[in-house]
Amino acid sequence: MSSPTPEGLLDEALGRVGQAADARSLDEVRVRYLGKKGSLTGLLKQLGSLPPEKRREAGQAVNRCKQALEQAVAEREQVLERSALEARLEDERIDVTLPGRMHEPGGPHPVSRALERILAIFNQLGFAVATGPEVEDDYHNFGALNFPEHHPARAMHDTFYLPNGDLLRTHTSPVQIRVMKETPPPVRIVAPGRVFRSDSDQTHTPQFHQVEGLLVDRDVTFADLKGLLADFVNAFFEDDLEMRLRPSYFPFTEPSAEVDVRWRDPDGTPGHWLEVLGCGMVHPNVLVNCGIDPQEYTGYAFGLGVERFAMLRYKVNDLRLFFENDLNFLRQFR
Amino acid sequence: MKISYRWLTEWADTDLNAEQAAERFTLAGLEVDDLASVAPPLDGVVVGEILAVEPHPDADRLRVCRVTGDSEERTIVCGAPNARTGLKAPLATLGTTLPGGLKIKPAKLRGVRSEGMLCSEPELGLGEDAAGLMELPEDAPTGKPLAGYLGLDDHVLEIDLTPNRADCLSVRGLARELAALTGASLSAPEMPPVEAVIDDGLDIELQSPEDCPRYIGRIIRDVDVHAETPLWMVEALRRSGLRSLGPIVDVTNYVLLELGQPMHAFDLARINGGIRVRRPEKNECMTLLDGREVELDQDMVLIADHQGPLALGGIMGGEGSAVGDSTRDILLESAWFNPASIIGRSRRLGLATESAHRFERGVDPQLQRLAAERATALIIEIAGGRPGPLLEASDEEFIPVNPEVELRVDRLNRVLGSDLDSDTVHEILERLGMQVDAGRAGVFGIIAPSARRDIEIEEDLIEEVARVYGYDRLPSRRPGGGLTIRIPGEGELSETSLRHQLCARGFQEIMTWSFVSEKELERLDLLEHAQPLANPLSRDLAILRTSMLPGLLQTAGANMRRQHDSFRLFELGECFSQGESGLVETSRLGLLMTGASRAEHFSAKPRVVDFFDLKGEIEHLLSLNQVPGEIRFEPTTRPWLHPGQAAELTIDGVSAGWLGQLHPALVTELDWPRSAFVAELATDQMRRKQLPEFSSLWRFPSVRRDLSLVVEEQIPSAALIDEIRKVGGASVRNCIIFDQYQGPGVEKGFKSLSIGLIIREVSRTLKDQEVEALTAKVVDGLEQRFNARLRG
Repeated sequence: MSSPTPEGLLDEALGRVGQAADARSLDEVRVRYLGKKGSLTGLLKQLGSLPPEKRREAGQAVNRCKQALEQAVAEREQVLERSALEARLEDERIDVTLPGRMHEPGGPHPVSRALERILAIFNQLGFAVATGPEVEDDYHNFGALNFPEHHPARAMHDTFYLPNGDLLRTHTSPVQIRVMKETPPPVRIVAPGRVFRSDSDQTHTPQFHQVEGLLVDRDVTFADLKGLLADFVNAFFEDDLEMRLRPSYFPFTEPSAEVDVRWRDPDGTPGHWLEVLGCGMVHPNVLVNCGIDPQEYTGYAFGLGVERFAMLRYKVNDLRLFFENDLNFLRQFR
Repeated sequence: MKISYRWLTEWADTDLNAEQAAERFTLAGLEVDDLASVAPPLDGVVVGEILAVEPHPDADRLRVCRVTGDSEERTIVCGAPNARTGLKAPLATLGTTLPGGLKIKPAKLRGVRSEGMLCSEPELGLGEDAAGLMELPEDAPTGKPLAGYLGLDDHVLEIDLTPNRADCLSVRGLARELAALTGASLSAPEMPPVEAVIDDGLDIELQSPEDCPRYIGRIIRDVDVHAETPLWMVEALRRSGLRSLGPIVDVTNYVLLELGQPMHAFDLARINGGIRVRRPEKNECMTLLDGREVELDQDMVLIADHQGPLALGGIMGGEGSAVGDSTRDILLESAWFNPASIIGRSRRLGLATESAHRFERGVDPQLQRLAAERATALIIEIAGGRPGPLLEASDEEFIPVNPEVELRVDRLNRVLGSDLDSDTVHEILERLGMQVDAGRAGVFGIIAPSARRDIEIEEDLIEEVARVYGYDRLPSRRPGGGLTIRIPGEGELSETSLRHQLCARGFQEIMTWSFVSEKELERLDLLEHAQPLANPLSRDLAILRTSMLPGLLQTAGANMRRQHDSFRLFELGECFSQGESGLVETSRLGLLMTGASRAEHFSAKPRVVDFFDLKGEIEHLLSLNQVPGEIRFEPTTRPWLHPGQAAELTIDGVSAGWLGQLHPALVTELDWPRSAFVAELATDQMRRKQLPEFSSLWRFPSVRRDLSLVVEEQIPSAALIDEIRKVGGASVRNCIIFDQYQGPGVEKGFKSLSIGLIIREVSRTLKDQEVEALTAKVVDGLEQRFNARLRG
């Protein structure tokens, strides 16, 4: 039997390479022909037995076949790798329409949500946030704010009292007093917080939230107040609403006004007037009570009900819902 | 205050219709709450006259009336008991639709044809007396449309007056205001003094002149208390919501509405001696007009005679001295009471009278004579009688006089940001009836009319000018200038950020009542140091909350009943407790978790939340915000918590709140389908933050060594970790507890804890021997301290 030719071995090997279905069988082919004991490698070892004049040519032929086989193995290896990856990818295919693993999200209370927006607007206008206690004394809630003893204006505030005569603040205005007594002008604050009135019916809850605003400086005018509130209202509602100021009476401001906004009808046209704010120029007695000279300084103050703004903004039709804490309600305001 | 607009236009000559006037009032600070037609449209209803009445042949209760109304006589079958010959009553003619929707058509009633309908008050929407036909005066013009005859083409303005505008609590006051606002001229009825025809007098003593510095009386003899009040007066009263109660009371009420002066009439026969205006004596009692006997407080004002109380001054008359059916002679009272002497007293007695309402807010102190004259004239006109002279007792020292107030035009413009000139300001002041001294340039000296009790300082006048000029016409300036940077420091987390961090972790914010019931606090053992309200709305809202817990439980329970199984709640708010030096108010954060630990998913079995879910959320917050200080969770107890699953959070040794599982007994009591995990934290502590500061980066690799230790089961893991850190020192960067095991292989009463130590040096790579030595030292320390041994 004559020894195989390199070309014959190459043909045979290439056939096996083409049949190798995975990396292992391909490696077997490689070892069989190209390994230390491989048949092509064996041909090289046999070169010594050839006559010298044929050695060179035969050696070149074997090396050509080796190289050709090595290249074929490398190419086959790539093909096999690619198809293995493809098989894996196919295997790992999932139904991406199945739901993700998620947490039920929480959310702020709608009153907080409205309050945050209100505060954000005033923060941009340079108003710092100030706070005060919910249980107040008569002086801060009424006396210093120019409510005379037993005055009918006090009767407008249905007040919760403690047995010692202290009270639950009926408005956030006492924060005005606390801030002005501690800080010399210029004063530029907003005071958010919970307030209390002993009143409970369809349109009143015994607690609600207010934001009080106060600016005291030289040359502060009623015109500034009008301009500020118009900008605020339109920023809050993202609209360009008509606004009007109506004279009113608060013991701690003069002139005093109530602010109405012309609400839009469902078709977008101007509709009815809605009262949204109370405001005025800080009463000189209040400034004097806080040690500020009303001839040198003037100021304005305003107060708004956060629930009212939340109701208008989010179209809530019943005030009482805010304190019922029904998750079906609260989750609408995430 | 409710007032007929037609009545108002008798005083102010204006072209405005009721709606326009209402708008003008509202924009000037006199808020018109309601504008209502006096009556529904009554087309087809005329003054009818019953010419004859015959019994119905087939019905006992019905009668057959011959009635004349418009042109012809007709037959009307009627069941009213007061149908009688000669009566004038409203007649709804054929084709009329009544306010209730009833259409009048010819009908046969038990065989008798009826063409039209005679009406009662409610059938016309005019009143509530349904007992019979509405009786019209004998002189009512038969056939005249009823609406025209009764003046029903009128509106009632309901004005919500602010307490400073007592001067507008009358037709006269509102007319003056309307005139000032619109420039309309005033056309007040003439009110000449009534000449005395008898000279009867009575002694009036002002024993407490600071309370009542002016008291005007007048005796009128031989009045007819049975006289009929004329229709125009009854209608005027009705439109202001007052019922007709006889001519004398009607007149005093009419003058009250017309001029704003509360008045009173006494039965002269019941007065012994004379009038004494004084403070009550100790324990003095009287019976008021409403029949109630009250004990009088020392700070009230009494109208008394020489025997005892007649009336509670400025508030209500007394029963014993009231005008009654047998009264012949009366004493008319027109007095001025100091608001400070009236304020609050009627409220204390649970009374809300028109008189007290006005005197509390301030009545014109110069009005009493005019009102007395007006009332006298009206009484004589309606009920006859012979008037005596006006009897006046007054003490001018205590009658307030409006001060002169200076108004600087430049100050006015400086406050309003406006540019009004002196002439404009002057004109407005005069229209308001102010006495203006314009002697100095740019400065007015102003004395307000006596009815205006609210003009005391310059700002009062600035407001008046602004109001009449129109707030809408004043300039508006957009914000700008004078800005200062105001941003909170980085050492504090804003409440907004905290809120949103919680929301992102699945917590829903709630807002519950700041007040709770005593029962609820008692059940939770939270009643200690609780602060009750003096005047709560109800027993359920009687005590200031001492904790966020009641609100959380209430909300969780309510939502479980609404079929919510899994949720997380939080509330930020204030809690209150009585401390040694008064009430302490603290900001708290309440948390509650119940149900599944996360939303149900096909890939995993649902797991119910447990203690470590809640604790993890708190640790997450603390870590997220890098709350500074040494943070520890220690076992604790609270009456409402499971005794084995309750922890106290301390930061630098100070309690910052508690957390744990609700006590199973409480869950049973609440009748909940499942338990919940709750926490209450000190918001201030949770909002502390630290400004980050750079420290060297780790450039060398760390090594992990895992230890499986067996210790007695009651040894807290935190104690082991503390010991590891103490022994291991700074090289031990972190300890991770990756397993806890009890069961086969571990003795009973013991537990196995597996802890991974992360060991690292800042400046070099640790050698193996160093790591082994450190680990051995740690194991040794744990063995000595806790008798811990490595698990074999």
